[in-house]
Amino acid sequence: MHELSIVMSIVDTATEKVQEHHATSVESIDLVIGALAGVDDHALEFSWEAGVRDTVLQHARRNIIRMPGKAKCSNCDAEFEIKEIFDPCPACGDHLIQVIQGKELQIKSITLN
Amino acid sequence: MCATCGCDHESSVLIRKVESIKPVDLQGLQLTKLPTAAEPPRRIQLDLEQDILLKNNLKAERNRGYFMAKDILALNLVSSPGSGKTSLLERTLSDLKGELTFSVVEGDQQTTNDADRIAATGAPVVQINTGKGCHLDADMIEDAVQKIRPENNSVVIIENIGNLVCPAMFDLGEQSRVVIISVTEGDDKPLKYPDMFQSSDLCIINKIDLLPYVNFDCEKAKTYARQVNPKLEFIELSATRGQGLEQWYHWLKSRVHEPALLK
Repeated sequence: MHELSIVMSIVDTATEKVQEHHATSVESIDLVIGALAGVDDHALEFSWEAGVRDTVLQHARRNIIRMPGKAKCSNCDAEFEIKEIFDPCPACGDHLIQVIQGKELQIKSITLN
Repeated sequence: MCATCGCDHESSVLIRKVESIKPVDLQGLQLTKLPTAAEPPRRIQLDLEQDILLKNNLKAERNRGYFMAKDILALNLVSSPGSGKTSLLERTLSDLKGELTFSVVEGDQQTTNDADRIAATGAPVVQINTGKGCHLDADMIEDAVQKIRPENNSVVIIENIGNLVCPAMFDLGEQSRVVIISVTEGDDKPLKYPDMFQSSDLCIINKIDLLPYVNFDCEKAKTYARQVNPKLEFIELSATRGQGLEQWYHWLKSRVHEPALLK
């Protein structure tokens, strides 16, 4: 369950920002998580509760912005939504596709107080 | 805190950040400035747009730079438990002794069993025990490599924790990622664990000597894997019986700088 490592990375960054700006804690945090980023929602939820305890994120409001998966076919240039990275191009059936959206795993913004 | 379940179990690798929030010293404040009800609380909004794994990725790039500067071929071996990573390594280290210089980083949750097997071949080896952790990260590799101090023009093989999910996300700074599946597993593994197959460069199908006894279809496994990653290369071999090893050795040698040319 790598989600706890992810939560601990977020805690590290948040703690750094709080110290940098002489704030006390995080009021809210916006995360961008792509559908193809390999993050399981339940595991993230579980890890979040355990990981933020006694940290600057303990009482933070967490907002998750989800990005659906999108790909571009390298064969026919069609752009389309994908649910799995092995989905073929709906136009020509080719598997030679480039994921152009959905791999995001990002801290978009953070509000300190 | 352990990286698996969040328990406080002691282990050698702990990922912990427990900065408690210090309460404001109200007595001190009252002497200089009284907080008034009208004063709005200080809020700072920061637009970071920062990759959550930024720190790991930066460290991985540092590792990659170190390996490149020393003309080291660094490989990250990933698979489920029991697919034969250590057996393939043992065989490779013995067969290519004198041709290539190897060092090994062994990742396991517990024990030095695998590192002991590698040490018996004479290659320098460092064991990383992650405790409850389910993957290696770039920081651990930096520490391990500092302990080994690998030679220029050598091969560093990192044997990751047996797990087809978590290690997929963590760049270690390797030049190539090698995923191993064995024919005693399901041939639909690439579809079940697509992230690992998508991020790999080479797929080794191991234990092919057992093909007559199992229902594994090599072509089907390759078709599934190509659906996930059309650029993936394949080598079929048996680490114990020796079939296909020449192809693997050729793959390795073709990626290492020719030491004779540099000496």
